[in-house]
Amino acid sequence: MGMTMTQKILAAHAGLPSVSAGQLIEADLDLVLGNDITSPVAIHEMDKMKVDGVFNKDKIALVLDHFVPNKDIKSAQHCKCVREFACRHDITNYFDVGEMGIEHALLPEKGLTVAGDVIIGADSHTCTYGALGAFSTGVGSTDMAAGMATGKAWFKVPSAIKFNLTGKPAKWISGKDIILHIIGMIGVDGALYKSMEFVGDGIQYLTMDDRFTIANMAIEAGGKNGIFPVDDLAKKYMEEHSKRPYVVYEADEDAEYEEEYTIDLSALKPTVAFPHLPENTKTIDEVGDLKIDQVVIGSCTNGRMDDLRIAASILKGRKVAKGLRVIVIPATQKIYLDAMEEGLLKIFIEAGAVVSTPTCGPCLGGYMGILAEHERCVSTTNRNFVGRMGHVESEIYLASPAVAAASAITGKLSGPEEVVS
Amino acid sequence: MKAAKGHVFKYGDNVDTDVIIPARYLNSSDPKELATHCMEDIDADFVKKMTEGDIIVANKNFGCGSSREHAPLAIKAAGVSCVIAETFARIFYRNAINIGLPIIECPEAAAAINAGDEVEVNFDNGVITDITTGKTFQGQAFPPFMQKIIDCEGLVNYINQK
Repeated sequence: MGMTMTQKILAAHAGLPSVSAGQLIEADLDLVLGNDITSPVAIHEMDKMKVDGVFNKDKIALVLDHFVPNKDIKSAQHCKCVREFACRHDITNYFDVGEMGIEHALLPEKGLTVAGDVIIGADSHTCTYGALGAFSTGVGSTDMAAGMATGKAWFKVPSAIKFNLTGKPAKWISGKDIILHIIGMIGVDGALYKSMEFVGDGIQYLTMDDRFTIANMAIEAGGKNGIFPVDDLAKKYMEEHSKRPYVVYEADEDAEYEEEYTIDLSALKPTVAFPHLPENTKTIDEVGDLKIDQVVIGSCTNGRMDDLRIAASILKGRKVAKGLRVIVIPATQKIYLDAMEEGLLKIFIEAGAVVSTPTCGPCLGGYMGILAEHERCVSTTNRNFVGRMGHVESEIYLASPAVAAASAITGKLSGPEEVVS
Repeated sequence: MKAAKGHVFKYGDNVDTDVIIPARYLNSSDPKELATHCMEDIDADFVKKMTEGDIIVANKNFGCGSSREHAPLAIKAAGVSCVIAETFARIFYRNAINIGLPIIECPEAAAAINAGDEVEVNFDNGVITDITTGKTFQGQAFPPFMQKIIDCEGLVNYINQK
């Protein structure tokens, strides 16, 4: 029986000729990732293990991004712990203030994640790197500690769902609309324990940033991972950003999929996830009249150059609605600089928005834009659970950068076509 | 841990990691401190009302959302002896085993058991007994290597013992 793309990568890293869904394997890791919230717990666990050091100082990435620059004394103590660990073990890929960015935007940019890799990260959105044809999945701090110590992790081989993306998306439709549409269709546990394998002639119309967004939110459907085939665009991206060799795996013709869906990208409308689940989706014509208090444009989901360019194209020459707080967070230092050079930051500030240094900040209710009771935020982030961005009585509407920027101008949840003729 | 016994706190579908342990408390990794905020954004009185050994029962996709290990850590440190759910989110499932929080999947039990019932769980055979109603249910017992990890109270101890 044939294997899916995910199954092939896992088989290769387990040293097996083939694997099948449900099989328990132990795989060699190409990268182990942690951040400022999850690494301290992992470091503490590693101290309890009878090991001398890390398995490979070049195959670990520690990125301080969640509560960084530090929001309080406890967060500062946690970062100090990670900093000291990175120094003690001479960790090559350690990113502190000045070099850090939001981890899932930073790692591909730094060339640390390439096709054919097996990557675990102590952060649920580690699935992002599937956009480059890697097997990449979120784990907890103990798995991160075991990974740092041994260079291995156990996995149950996932079965798969195939998503056939076909057709060309309409003007304002981006990766965020596509993945929100999918999650709305299958539910927040629709892909539970499974790999989400994206294929189809529609992929050629998706930029790398679109694909990062889609793979990033595989976890919001409960998926173990999301993965794209490695086409010329992905190869170009890897060759421009990485010196590491990559390996291209392709699904067998006779690979088995538990479910298959065909998504006509040309038929999609801007899509928004209403409180309090990413599956609670409506298209922009169904949203009604909703006054908002805040807009966030950023995060590991939508803080990249394409996202900022789209937002800037809508905000250019316009002003944000009176009384509305609009917070733009470029995801890495490079993106920040490029956006500055392209004049995007000037557009944001002149429109009345504010621009922050890279941080996860408000996405998980950390800081840099917390919501008060009964406040509403349109956000390009990835989760809208109760209390996610602040008060338990606040509301988050997940959307694309185009919808977020349009809403910033009208002061209500709006689509780009209401603002740009 | 061969068995769990206690009174039930019942929740619905999609109990996510943000309500189990909100991000505003993630600047701590001390289990005792996390325990004081366990389930705060879904049930602010949970820690006041529960006693050591009590059991959480929930419907689909328990623990969905973040990979934060703080979530099962908070539940375990609060004194919960077991979580029974119709289904678990995969990262939470993995993390619970790795830190030695006993969990068991059983759709029938999740549907039938009520808040306040006294329940007992046998981890050797996966049998769940609702002492209050007298009903029993067959939960999914763990494969042997996972049983060992739970018996050792977590992955680290399991690795150290090998």
